[in-house]
Amino acid sequence: MAGVTLSEVRKAYGGLEVIHGVDLEVTPGEFLVLVGPSGCGKSTLLRMIAGLEEITDGTIAIGDRIVNDVPASQRILSMVFQSYALYPHMSVRKNLAFGLTNLRMPRPEIERRVAEAARILQIGELMERKPRQLSGGQKQRVAIGRAIVREPQLFLFDEPLSNLDAELRVQMRVELANLYNRLGTTMIYVTHDQVEAMTMATRIAVLSKGNVEQVGTPYELYNFPRNRFVATFIGSPKMNMIDAVATSGTAAFDDLGALPIAAADGPVSIGVRPEQVAIGGEGELTAEGTVSLVEYLGSEIFVHVRLASGRTLLAKADGKAPHKLGDRLPVAIRRENLHLFDAAGLALPRAA
Amino acid sequence: MHKFIRRNIAGYAFLLPWLVGFLLLAIGPILASLYLSFTKYNVINPPRWIGLDNYVFMFTMDDRFRKALSVTFTFVAISVPAKLCFALAVAMVLDKGIRAIGLYRALFYLPSILGGSIAVAILWRQLFNYDGVINALLRTVGIEGPYWLADPNYSLWTLVVLAVWQFGSPMLIFLAGLRAIPQDLYEAAEIDAAGPVRTFFAITVPLLAPVIFFNLVLQMIEAFKSFSGAFIISGGTGAPLDSLLFYTVYLFNEAFSFLRMGYASALAWVLLIIIAAFTAIAFWTSKYWVHYESQRG
Repeated sequence: MAGVTLSEVRKAYGGLEVIHGVDLEVTPGEFLVLVGPSGCGKSTLLRMIAGLEEITDGTIAIGDRIVNDVPASQRILSMVFQSYALYPHMSVRKNLAFGLTNLRMPRPEIERRVAEAARILQIGELMERKPRQLSGGQKQRVAIGRAIVREPQLFLFDEPLSNLDAELRVQMRVELANLYNRLGTTMIYVTHDQVEAMTMATRIAVLSKGNVEQVGTPYELYNFPRNRFVATFIGSPKMNMIDAVATSGTAAFDDLGALPIAAADGPVSIGVRPEQVAIGGEGELTAEGTVSLVEYLGSEIFVHVRLASGRTLLAKADGKAPHKLGDRLPVAIRRENLHLFDAAGLALPRAA
Repeated sequence: MHKFIRRNIAGYAFLLPWLVGFLLLAIGPILASLYLSFTKYNVINPPRWIGLDNYVFMFTMDDRFRKALSVTFTFVAISVPAKLCFALAVAMVLDKGIRAIGLYRALFYLPSILGGSIAVAILWRQLFNYDGVINALLRTVGIEGPYWLADPNYSLWTLVVLAVWQFGSPMLIFLAGLRAIPQDLYEAAEIDAAGPVRTFFAITVPLLAPVIFFNLVLQMIEAFKSFSGAFIISGGTGAPLDSLLFYTVYLFNEAFSFLRMGYASALAWVLLIIIAAFTAIAFWTSKYWVHYESQRG
């Protein structure tokens, strides 16, 4: 088991820099998820750790060993690809054994490891099949099997669940989490799906446009986002964002009223999560609006409340709440639930 | 019935020129040659039915037939694998992604366009003459080149080189095949610690097998039918010492030099059967080494 240390890692294609000096410390045995919108560089970063992509500048260390010039085959890691990348002409058994054969491992040891992986992933009866005879979920299992037979010091996953349908995705998510708990090996997992990130990660690194925006536990990211990007990216549905202008220690949020805030004069914004917009409750910011849409999810509903200014606030309520289209509703936000951001989008200390 | 004809007459009218050509210029001569192969026919006198005599003579008494078979088989056995290997090697270099790849593709394909032509065969004869360019080059490094074309030990090799030089069309097909292999399989193999040689034999070759098979069959048929190079370089006779007596050259001589049309027709049918047999063998073995991704089962 090994940690991974990235220092000032950059990647440029020609003159175009896509990774801008990333520092990241992956501690041994943790499940780190790299999450971000498409094009943020998360896959590139993973491929650089794998050794499939050269790094332009900086250093990558796996354990204590700087691996900048170490080929992928010698980094003692496994990778699961989004497309599974199973060898189509080989049986499942040969797919699993291929890497071990290349390492000149003795045959009984190969057989032991392949059998062990087949048992863990319950693919024993598929061993003689070719990949084209497998379903998406089975292919996924074989791809994971091929990763675990190596008994690597590091697992890399590149959006492994995005080709599966929703139901299977949830099931494989649980299986992957169980696998992690069983093996305890360091895992780095790339996804664009923040739900996957939140549910599986020990820690999450949020990336945007080639920069790491924030690294932290799911709890930290959800409750203490460091900037607007993280605040809106993490959490579903999205955090409400309201812009305002601060003048001499006070900001007015049109319909909702004004608050004293500890910010310099200029544009600021506040964010509040839908579950903290209380319908009919109490708070320092209050307003009244009309229900413009109700999304029913069973245990809960999302109520879109349009205020007089035309702004829509999203509020989460209990599934049994009677709100319906066109209702007039009072909404309230408590001050301690507000996230405050300055003009550059950086989080300010919570309004005292 | 009337309705059917009336409705489709325009279609048949459009088909007619091709149909007439096909019946008169392809099916007609094919059937005629089959008939002639059982006759003695010198073009001047009408053909005379002699049953299987042509075939019996061919397989029991004709030494030049045997020589022609041996030259042709040797040529096919050497030139086809050599050409395919060379084509694949060039395709793999081009596949690595180099600048101005379109230009290189065109340049490498050029010999294949020129290849079948008489002019290139004549050029080849000039190159490999005793006083030709090849020996002049060898002389600059102190090697006294042999009589490439006059020495029966070397003459066939010049034609093998000529065939390999025309690697353009299998190369383009290989290139397209290589492009179709997903990049992530190579990446998976890299992470699976497969070196370049292992990757080539464990990933590239099996996934390219359908394309290799296609090229193999096509080039094999092409090589069996190969004619103009041997004809020009040997001066139309298969010289020296019948070392360039390709099957087709022998057939041509029998037909048009000696006007033994009946016998030449029999030779043509035997060549057809040989080519068909080798193609069938290739197809039969293919199920053991060619993996088709789309196939079920």
